[in-house]
Amino acid sequence: MEYLPNIVFAIALIVGIGFFARNVKKLSRNIKLGKDVDVSDNKPQRWKNMAKIALGQTKMVVRPIAGLMHIIVYVGFIIINIEVLEIILDGLLGTHRLFSQLGSLYNFLIGSFEILALLVIVAVIVFWIRRNIIRIQRFIKPEMKGWPKTDGNMILYIELVLMTLFLTMNAADFQLQQLGADHYVEAGTFPVSQFIVPLLDSLSESSLILVERSAWWLHILGILAFLNYLYYSKHLHILLAFPNTYYGKLKPQGQFNNLESVTNEVKLMMDPDADPFAAPAEDDTAEPEKFGASDVMDLNWVQLLNAYTCTECGRCTSECPANQTGKKLSPRKIMMDTRDRLEEVGKNMDANKGEFVPDGKQLLDDYISREELWACTTCNACVQACPVSIDPLSIIVEMRRYLVMEQSAAPTELNNMMSNIENNGAPWPYNQMDRLNWVNE
Amino acid sequence: MSEQLKVKTMQEFMAEGKQPEILFWVGSAGSYDDRAKKISRAFVKLLNKADVDFAVLGTEESSTGDVAKRAGNEFLFQMQAMMNIELLNGYEIKRIVTCDPHSFNTLKNEYPSLGGNYDVVHHTQYLKELIDNGRLTITGEGYKGKRITFHDPCYLGRANSVFDAPREVLSKTNAELVEMKRHKKTALCCGAGGAQMFKEPEKGDMDINVLRTKDALETKPNIIATGCPYCNTMMTDGIKAHEKEDSVAVMDVAELLANSQGL
Repeated sequence: MEYLPNIVFAIALIVGIGFFARNVKKLSRNIKLGKDVDVSDNKPQRWKNMAKIALGQTKMVVRPIAGLMHIIVYVGFIIINIEVLEIILDGLLGTHRLFSQLGSLYNFLIGSFEILALLVIVAVIVFWIRRNIIRIQRFIKPEMKGWPKTDGNMILYIELVLMTLFLTMNAADFQLQQLGADHYVEAGTFPVSQFIVPLLDSLSESSLILVERSAWWLHILGILAFLNYLYYSKHLHILLAFPNTYYGKLKPQGQFNNLESVTNEVKLMMDPDADPFAAPAEDDTAEPEKFGASDVMDLNWVQLLNAYTCTECGRCTSECPANQTGKKLSPRKIMMDTRDRLEEVGKNMDANKGEFVPDGKQLLDDYISREELWACTTCNACVQACPVSIDPLSIIVEMRRYLVMEQSAAPTELNNMMSNIENNGAPWPYNQMDRLNWVNE
Repeated sequence: MSEQLKVKTMQEFMAEGKQPEILFWVGSAGSYDDRAKKISRAFVKLLNKADVDFAVLGTEESSTGDVAKRAGNEFLFQMQAMMNIELLNGYEIKRIVTCDPHSFNTLKNEYPSLGGNYDVVHHTQYLKELIDNGRLTITGEGYKGKRITFHDPCYLGRANSVFDAPREVLSKTNAELVEMKRHKKTALCCGAGGAQMFKEPEKGDMDINVLRTKDALETKPNIIATGCPYCNTMMTDGIKAHEKEDSVAVMDVAELLANSQGL
């Protein structure tokens, strides 16, 4: 019976991490549903971007208050994880405060974790107030109703509870150390939790142990649960921000990709030696490539990774000129819709032995309306605003391409503009022979 | 007809067996739009003053296809691009200058992978170059005592990180430069990009150009400067919406520089 806690702990750890691994596999399968895209270029620049933007949070501080609070939570999260390592080892080995042998370094570490934990609590409360009391515009847009709102708050509650458990655990431990209880070696400094100690003053040694153990267990189980919550939440960004910034666009923002399938056809059309009646090549049995995107499988995998990385902060939407002037378009919604549709496709595959069975739905119209797509000015403000290098514009353009090239469904005025270009080489109906008249006017 | 501009076509250069220093890509707006034609003329006056040996394609020029591409018509874009590239490569063009940030962006970034490799500069960059190497000397009071605010075109600024050239050229006019709250990387679009220039906006509660001119008017300018023919149209309309067309002018950087020199 002596090893029962160790065994229970090991099982909890295996189940927690196992479930998480299963979700990661699903995540990666879904992302790979996207088309291939070559992002193998310029590795040094990519690493640099990841270090600067994801690790260094350089784009977060563009908005100083949110940026600073976010850095506190982020640093708190990363550093307090050192403590989680100790907790895991203690749990598996049946030890208590295994790292306490580090002596004064340990005291310093525990002390800093406590201060960070307090700062995280403060930041989380500020975040909650911004979302629920001040109701900052970008958090209450139409696409934030329902689950996205609940999800946002849920993450804050979980973080608050985890930090409180951590401090409670330390307070009880500290008190037990003072009482000279067995196993509770004197280790650590408790600059924050010492203020909780008076609340525990009246408790007996056994009650204190109960409090300490409960907090310890709930804290680590909470962390494992949170790990598994990620996949169902916008909070995935804590992991995906890193690959996403690595694979983010390196070219000038104004540069859109040139569709290769179109290039091939245009070259053929312009080649005077091409035989228009030539039979298609023998091996050309594949379906002709679809132009643009009407569903998530038509997008590339970086765009799908973008969708899972989005944490719905809404900085893109708040910078979008169309959104600011009351149009339906919200770049954040483009990302959320892409993710939601991708999840739907993934579930469809799970239910059908890994094969996607057409469900009569698609990203276009069922999720993203044409009105949204045509409202975009392609100004790149959303791309610029994103703190984790997401490119909503590339999805909008890909879907416009589908509308125009596969469906001939551009707005009438744009069709006129395009036939002018075809007929007289300008978006207006002027004679090409008049192109130089401006010189003598 | 105003004073004669010296403009030679590539065909004329070819006939003389010569190559120009640079090709001026006029663009569809610069060729046909009444307001933008004035910008083309102002820019040419400066080129003439600096004795630049430049050429235009004239009636051989055709839309870059940029607006078709932003609208989603990749096919039309690439048709236009390949025709233009054939022409440009045939003339062995090395360097291109244009007053249109949209042409600038697509020629510079999107033509190379289709076979068109040129050194492409925006006219504000080229003017700065001419001033810096002493070919264009700027004298006089210029716009001293006037407040000018520069509106960053999306496809020049955010899209290609050209922020300083237009401001440096403007500073040569001795005007007082004031920045809007949102400028450079965070500048708000004028509303014309992404083919919006050619269609009615979607339903909303305001037009984007009205919002952007509000930004500009908050700086209490005498002049709103732009570096894009489409921005120019949008800002001019925006000023009218705010009923400020009598007190605030919308002008291109090239026009301001040309005017400051009495050209």
